[in-house]
Amino acid sequence: MKLRLTVLALAAGLSLAVAVAADAKTFRYATGADLLGLDPHSNNEGPTNAMKGNLYEGLLHRRPDLSLNPSLATEWQQTAPDVWRFKLRQGVKYHLGQDFTADDVVFSFARQSQATSDMAYAVASIKEVRKIDSHTVELVTKGPDPVLLQNLPLFYIMSKSWVEQNNAGTVERGAGKTNYPNVNANGTGPFRVVERVPDTRTVLEPNAVWWGNATRETNITRAVFQPIGNAATRVAALLSGEMDLIYPLPLQDVDRIKAQGGVQVMQGPELRTIFLGFDQWRDESLDMPGSKKNPFKDVRVRKAFYQAIDINAIQRVVMRGASAPTASMVAPGIQGFVEDLNKRLPFDPDGAKKLLAEAGYPNGFPVTLDCPNDRYVNDEAICLAVVPMIKRIGIDIKLNAQTRSKHFNKISLTEGNVTSFYLLGWTPGSYDSLNALMNLMTLSNRGAGHGEYNSGRYNNARVNELTDLIKVEVDQVKRNAMIREAFKIHQDEVGHIPLHQQALAWGVRDSVAKAWQRPFDDVDLRFIVMK
Amino acid sequence: MLAFIVRRLLQSIAVLLAVGFIAFSMFQFAGDPVNNMVGQDANAETRALLRERLGLDQPFPIQFVRFIGNMLQGEFGVSYRLGMKVEQILVQRVPATLELVLIAALLALSVGVPLGVYTGLHRHGALSRVMLTVSLIGISLPTFLIGILLILVFAVWLGWLPSFGRGKVVALGWWTTGLTSWDGFRALILPAVTLSLFQMTLILRLVRSEMLEVLRTDYIKFARARGLTSRSINFGHALKNTMVPVITITGLQIGALIAFAIITETVFQWPGMGLLFLQAIQFVDIPVMSTYLVLVSLMFVIINLTVDLLYYAVDPRLRIERSAVGAH
Repeated sequence: MKLRLTVLALAAGLSLAVAVAADAKTFRYATGADLLGLDPHSNNEGPTNAMKGNLYEGLLHRRPDLSLNPSLATEWQQTAPDVWRFKLRQGVKYHLGQDFTADDVVFSFARQSQATSDMAYAVASIKEVRKIDSHTVELVTKGPDPVLLQNLPLFYIMSKSWVEQNNAGTVERGAGKTNYPNVNANGTGPFRVVERVPDTRTVLEPNAVWWGNATRETNITRAVFQPIGNAATRVAALLSGEMDLIYPLPLQDVDRIKAQGGVQVMQGPELRTIFLGFDQWRDESLDMPGSKKNPFKDVRVRKAFYQAIDINAIQRVVMRGASAPTASMVAPGIQGFVEDLNKRLPFDPDGAKKLLAEAGYPNGFPVTLDCPNDRYVNDEAICLAVVPMIKRIGIDIKLNAQTRSKHFNKISLTEGNVTSFYLLGWTPGSYDSLNALMNLMTLSNRGAGHGEYNSGRYNNARVNELTDLIKVEVDQVKRNAMIREAFKIHQDEVGHIPLHQQALAWGVRDSVAKAWQRPFDDVDLRFIVMK
Repeated sequence: MLAFIVRRLLQSIAVLLAVGFIAFSMFQFAGDPVNNMVGQDANAETRALLRERLGLDQPFPIQFVRFIGNMLQGEFGVSYRLGMKVEQILVQRVPATLELVLIAALLALSVGVPLGVYTGLHRHGALSRVMLTVSLIGISLPTFLIGILLILVFAVWLGWLPSFGRGKVVALGWWTTGLTSWDGFRALILPAVTLSLFQMTLILRLVRSEMLEVLRTDYIKFARARGLTSRSINFGHALKNTMVPVITITGLQIGALIAFAIITETVFQWPGMGLLFLQAIQFVDIPVMSTYLVLVSLMFVIINLTVDLLYYAVDPRLRIERSAVGAH
């Protein structure tokens, strides 16, 4: 039997080898879901964002190591605290032949800032884009903005004349209308769309007139992106040689695939931090009606929960080693990450019990853990592991795991943060700690962009003050010191319980010579090299 | 006759409305699509704006009435997920599903009927027992497991057939077909086999029991007494008479095949309506879900209506009663 299998496998391998040799530079890759559309200003979602970067460009481009490189802008300088001047690249053409000029930048800013654009956040700090001449623009920010450059790779430039020709100046979402750029693409990027069948395939070919062709790293002549929703089928397509790269690879398949010839597993940390949070604002816990008490207002209780969690067990058993336990609310690589604060409180259930007794809850109290079950890697499994750990210190804990469509509404401002204890994950979209401070550690009444997912309404006067200072501080050293201070306060108060950064897992065939795994889990075709 | 049709049609409309209403009220529990449509950086205002533009801020009865109103005008809405018109998406998906279902049904018939006859004729034969046991597995194994097993054997181990997708398709007007190219046909084999297994078993068992029944009847005995060849008896007389219920069941099962296709299509990433529906549920894509459900219920209503009319045409007793009533 074994011999026969080997023979069969050999035969399959041979037929594959022939097939691969025949069209060596076609790169086929798959992920779980299709793009939501091609319009770069419409959606802000994983696979969709990854595809935008192949077709469209911003003024700057972010390389896999997170460094910023010139793209449509060749050089820039800050001429005043709130004014940045950008020299634009000369001689750039769109896929359909239009010339790239400063008018496109002005136009794209107006288009991306529309309220219906889910990408508006990336240009939210910009007040105005001024055209100086055909290849120079000035970006005027609403105040000094230290993270402007970090956001610019997400500011996608479209051709003004092409968009206007197709009456697509408005970003359409959910108004019963569709727009032309959502099903057609015309960027300046290294790849252009030659075919798109929604939910089936998107076929790209290199842009022959791309300005970066002389130095480009990729050698693929054709890229085929196909969504395969079922994880088992996706893995089968990789093993059978129909796919050169698939992501994400289910954690339970990692070892099996590592053992297989011809296929490799690429693993690396993602920038998303998974954490637990608690209701720190209600005077009475949702799970203890009539008690007039909210135990989570007491830092000792929060600390007890923290110390009850055996993060190594979660890493070993639930994540099968594919996670980096953390004590920080932002991942390494995010601007402002503090290495020496990345030390977790020790796992200590007995100490946790003592803390609970000191806080006046020797017999525990009831609480419900809200958890998504289809958003993060093994999210529900993490919660299922947390429940007995918390039970062990005498807490009467129940689990409420549900689909993300329901979970996020329940814990977010939409329904008024109706949760006492929840699991959430967060990646700062700008790769800067300010984003985490604003969204997770300050209240929504402090202005736009604040407190959107501060579901437990953590609130500290000094952290608030620091956040406002960090927003406008342009001296990087001072700014980092302030971020550090804010994170230290938050950590000492156990504002949240950071758990880990989940690991990315890609399955890659040997047909791929080099693939860069960017920590935001996407495939940038610029960096794919085939054998 | 006319009154009968009118009555049926009115009932059908009531059924469609009821399906629409139940489906729509279920969507309230599927979650909030806005969460799937915006990224984590969208603020509460953006979410509220989107909710308003989608009409999700309206109470349920208003949403339902709007939906019916739009539907009557031929407006099915825009998919939340793909940002395309629902009818446009459905037109792209219908050929994939129908082709799959058609091939699966043909496969089920062409394998199920001969095996049914064989097991009916040789009911104590060793081979018959084996077939019946195997068919039991076919009926009791869940479709997704069969699909994954087939992928493992024929795509991963043997490398003969593709593990997912439709392969190369050729466009004939708006219809796309995979039947005209070897690549497209290869892609059809695994999903069609997976989808047909259940129906195949059903037909096999149905034909077998019908054959056993018919072979016991007097006219078969008389035919034997007359000295007809057993081939003529078995196929010319017995099988012909077993076909009536088989055809009825097969016709009705076409609807079931389309419904079962959801799982098969998901396993094989087959770009048909079933996969579309499943993705719509995950994304809470209300326009797609509602249109699909209404479409499927419409299909069932039409099939049932046709069957009713066929009975009317086939069964003389129904007609005689009617004309007798009319004569009074």
